[in-house]
Amino acid sequence: MYLRAAATISPKGSFEQVLATTASVPGIRLACAEPDYSKLIDTRMIRRMSRIVKMGVAAALQCLNEAGEMMPDAIIAGTAYGCLGDTEVFLQKMVENNEQLLTPTAFIQSTHNTVAAQIALLLKCHNYNNTFVQGGFSFENAMTDALSLLKEGQVKTVLTGGIDEITDTSHAILKRFGLYKREPFTTDNIFQSRTRGTIAGEGATFFVLQSGVSGNDYAQLMEMETFYKPASLVEIEQHISAFLKRQNINRSDIDLIISGENGDMKNDEVYEKLYQSVFTGIAHTTFKHLCGEYPTATAFALWLAANILKSGKLPVGLLLKKKPSTVLVYNHYQFTYHSLYLLKAC
Amino acid sequence: MSNRVYITGVGIISAIGNNVSENLSALETGRAGMGEMNYLQSIHREKIPVAEVKLDNEMLAVASGLPAHFTRTALLSAIAAQEAFSNASIPGFTKLRSGFISANTVGGMDKTENFFSDFLSKPAKGKLRNVVHHECGAATEIVASLLGIKHHIATISTACSSSANAIFYGARLINQGMLDVVIAGGTDALTKFTLNGFNTLMILDNRYCQPFDENRRGLNLGEGAGYIVMVSEKVAQTLPSIPVCTLSGYCNANDAYHQTASSPDGTGSYLAMKGALEKSGIRAEEIDYINLHGTGTQNNDIAEGTAIKLLFEGHYPPMSSTKSFTGHTLGASGGVEAVYSVLSIQHGLIYPNLRFETQMKELPFTPVTTFKKNEAVQNVLSNSFGFGGNCSSLLFSKV
Repeated sequence: MYLRAAATISPKGSFEQVLATTASVPGIRLACAEPDYSKLIDTRMIRRMSRIVKMGVAAALQCLNEAGEMMPDAIIAGTAYGCLGDTEVFLQKMVENNEQLLTPTAFIQSTHNTVAAQIALLLKCHNYNNTFVQGGFSFENAMTDALSLLKEGQVKTVLTGGIDEITDTSHAILKRFGLYKREPFTTDNIFQSRTRGTIAGEGATFFVLQSGVSGNDYAQLMEMETFYKPASLVEIEQHISAFLKRQNINRSDIDLIISGENGDMKNDEVYEKLYQSVFTGIAHTTFKHLCGEYPTATAFALWLAANILKSGKLPVGLLLKKKPSTVLVYNHYQFTYHSLYLLKAC
Repeated sequence: MSNRVYITGVGIISAIGNNVSENLSALETGRAGMGEMNYLQSIHREKIPVAEVKLDNEMLAVASGLPAHFTRTALLSAIAAQEAFSNASIPGFTKLRSGFISANTVGGMDKTENFFSDFLSKPAKGKLRNVVHHECGAATEIVASLLGIKHHIATISTACSSSANAIFYGARLINQGMLDVVIAGGTDALTKFTLNGFNTLMILDNRYCQPFDENRRGLNLGEGAGYIVMVSEKVAQTLPSIPVCTLSGYCNANDAYHQTASSPDGTGSYLAMKGALEKSGIRAEEIDYINLHGTGTQNNDIAEGTAIKLLFEGHYPPMSSTKSFTGHTLGASGGVEAVYSVLSIQHGLIYPNLRFETQMKELPFTPVTTFKKNEAVQNVLSNSFGFGGNCSSLLFSKV
């Protein structure tokens, strides 16, 4: 399967800006750098869209434009949280007005399938349309569905992506759960902070996946794999080794690993141990200082991997012996949701 | 080895019963599940009837084996999924690659909406345990661990077509050899959030709903969960007897017309039904029963009816909306109705469309109004259409 196009709206801007970014972060909440939507979406439509819908639709359209493919055979989205902004608006009014004098707009846009549905509506696309909402596997589920459809053969082009937003409310609640670092902390390099807690992130990332080679692809997606709630580090290592074996890949064949360290010392310990065992000696880089931690952050990692493979350019400070041609993405979300993506340059 | 996906078990909880046999008995005796709100706390209690599961959370907890403070969404899911699982009784289950694929629309909103009123008074207030299972995927995680399933878990949320999509995503993964057995369907609990949401859209009936009736006024919200167990041909061969029902076709299409309304000609519904027939290779005239989406709203029933008129011209099969019993269980409806469809094939049943009085003037057919037994039911089409234009149809066939 081939990554024909890739687009993201993330806390960083373009790939060039990402390349120039050091490990420093502005604080515990990384908000998306939102583009001028009027260049992508009809201004009358923009007014009616909530922030997450705008981000999702804009990333999707940018991606389709790049592929020159405005009628995908399938549209599949992954989102753990769904449309939080509108959910909160409706909930708040419902509580404050004691279930009276409510209007439907926020409710209508609060359903989890709103982004995929709005893309279909804008494109007038009657084809397959699906939305997955499985926490840290939301994007992986969407990718599994996409790859399975392409494998079936009737479908040639799939638009698939991962979307999640932070709102003031969700941030406040997740903070109470102890997910984020207690300020102040050293923002220069969160991976060296040796404290509990991560930094919140968000993003909307879409891909056009095709079963056939186009001659202008970002990368070839060799295979992906997920594993759920591994009981031990040994089990994680077994899953990774088995995955690489199935792909006939040796450690020395992997030029770069993009891994999901998020600055939480417990979380990052998993990666540190893997870099001493199954990943020994492989060059690696992080991505969550760029996009923050969120359930569909692997979509951003895949975007980064695709761009590195297409351009041959590397983030600042990362030196490799040769231009990377094989990249592995490995992430775990809260120790529960683990995913692997193996990509090759085209 | 064929690519057939067999259905080996079903499980359900709805307003008309807490298990399969109670549901069947209510369908046979024509006993609807709507009534005045008993468990949901809302100011609309006396004005809007709903179809509640007739157990409080304490009783659901006992039946499910989960703590009572868990979301009602998870409790309902656990009961129906466990019934399906034990009904399937698959030998050597732990050695098989299994998946739990569920669906819902509002996750743990039944708890979140209570948390939110405290939280709004002060951000440090509200018990975190009431919001910890808010995400749609949380209920799926909880039930997957009850069932001992780890190989693949997924949750789908495409409004009212959610469970239908969960079922055929599962079937496809079996078909492609990724999994051997999948428990798929969906769950949704009644919440103030959905009740008020649908109320603002002015599509709730303040009496008991009358799907596919000329004088229909809207839908009644319901709650529940429904799951089917699907296995590969290889696993089916290991069962004491080969299951009689297969999932023979499915299709997902988008209406691409409006965020909440269906197109007047039912484009999405038409494409979904047509696609399911094509996938199965079964002709329209071979369909013996359609379990309608049939919400009872002006808009859905005319769109769905128009699509049926076009696709089944001249040979309209018996059809009915079992939402006249269960209310509209939203994300669970595709699962609940898949269970009824499988039972229809297994037992030769056709269910009545309750309270039907007057034929819709635009349609040349009327729904079935009496319960029928001992029918030769070979192929059943089940429709699930939702907000966002998400339309899906499932086709069940007798082996």
